[in-house]
Amino acid sequence: MGKGKRKVPGLNQSSTADISFILLIFFLVTTSMDTDSGLSRRLPEWDPDAVEQEMKIKERNVMTVQVNKNNEIFVKNGVINRVIDIAELKDIAKEFIANPDDNPNLPIKEDYDIEGYGVVVTTVKHVISLQTDRTTNYEIYFQVQHELSKAYSELRDAWARKTFGKHYADCDEKTEQPVVRGVFSNKISEAEPKQYGTAQ
Amino acid sequence: MSKFRSNGKREMPELNTSSLPDLIFTVLFFFMMVTSMRDVEVKVQVKTPTGGSEIEKLERKSLVSHIYIGPPSKQYRAIYGAAPRIQLNEYFAEPEAIREFVISERESMYEKDKPLMKMSLKIDQGVQMGIVTDVKQELRKARALNIVYSAGKDKKD
Repeated sequence: MGKGKRKVPGLNQSSTADISFILLIFFLVTTSMDTDSGLSRRLPEWDPDAVEQEMKIKERNVMTVQVNKNNEIFVKNGVINRVIDIAELKDIAKEFIANPDDNPNLPIKEDYDIEGYGVVVTTVKHVISLQTDRTTNYEIYFQVQHELSKAYSELRDAWARKTFGKHYADCDEKTEQPVVRGVFSNKISEAEPKQYGTAQ
Repeated sequence: MSKFRSNGKREMPELNTSSLPDLIFTVLFFFMMVTSMRDVEVKVQVKTPTGGSEIEKLERKSLVSHIYIGPPSKQYRAIYGAAPRIQLNEYFAEPEAIREFVISERESMYEKDKPLMKMSLKIDQGVQMGIVTDVKQELRKARALNIVYSAGKDKKD
């Protein structure tokens, strides 16, 4: 019946572009490429039978930062013992962590062997103890954490520039940055909530 | 000289648009790849604090789980009140539920990624530390020790 050979009519594709445009616009609109950002912290391990560990740390090695329910920041270390303004915190922390003048009331400086670099003299044993009240405002707490982080990174940056001649961010991630981090390692301890016992 | 003489009437050659769909498809696929549609409805009001130089971007989204803490949004106030609540996935939860949450989040990850799991705490500025401390204690119990205090970056930095 048929002629045997039939031509398949070509499909009109002129609207493909329009269809994909619509899809494209849909995805453009729904896309959220925003990445999360924030301040990274590592919590200490949970130890169920942790009896209140005795503080064997020498007094000169400890700096206590308390944020009370009125959101006042109280700092206590070997040289300072008063309520401070948030703007002062970074410099106080920097002086405490680095102890540049070898002040006997600030953390003791000791030889510390860093893998891949050698021995440096640093305040390995210092601890910054951060304490808050249950009614402390989170925003203030965050700003305190941020200022303390800043103190560490500024010290790291200064040390990296002195030693490697470049900014911390430009140091090699595998070899140099861990060394710098070892010299000024983050020793912020968030005290166990005491006043209401360990939860449960 | 006739070679250079113009013919007087010239026609604009038609642009070949046959490859246009392919181009657009390429862009389309790119956006399909990077798109992640918001999978949970946030039922609490969260305005995270802002910080400066110390704020880092979170690199791999697949490693991150979110915990929201803040006062319930307006339409939930009638039922849940205005006091700050914790939201896990879709639901309001008590701090005790965090351990379950961490376990189920961990289950859904690749084996090699499990130790790298990060908990992003999206906490409203106005929240008091009590609830935050409770959450942190629960996270420690669940051995989810890598946390991020979610925060935006100041404009000026």
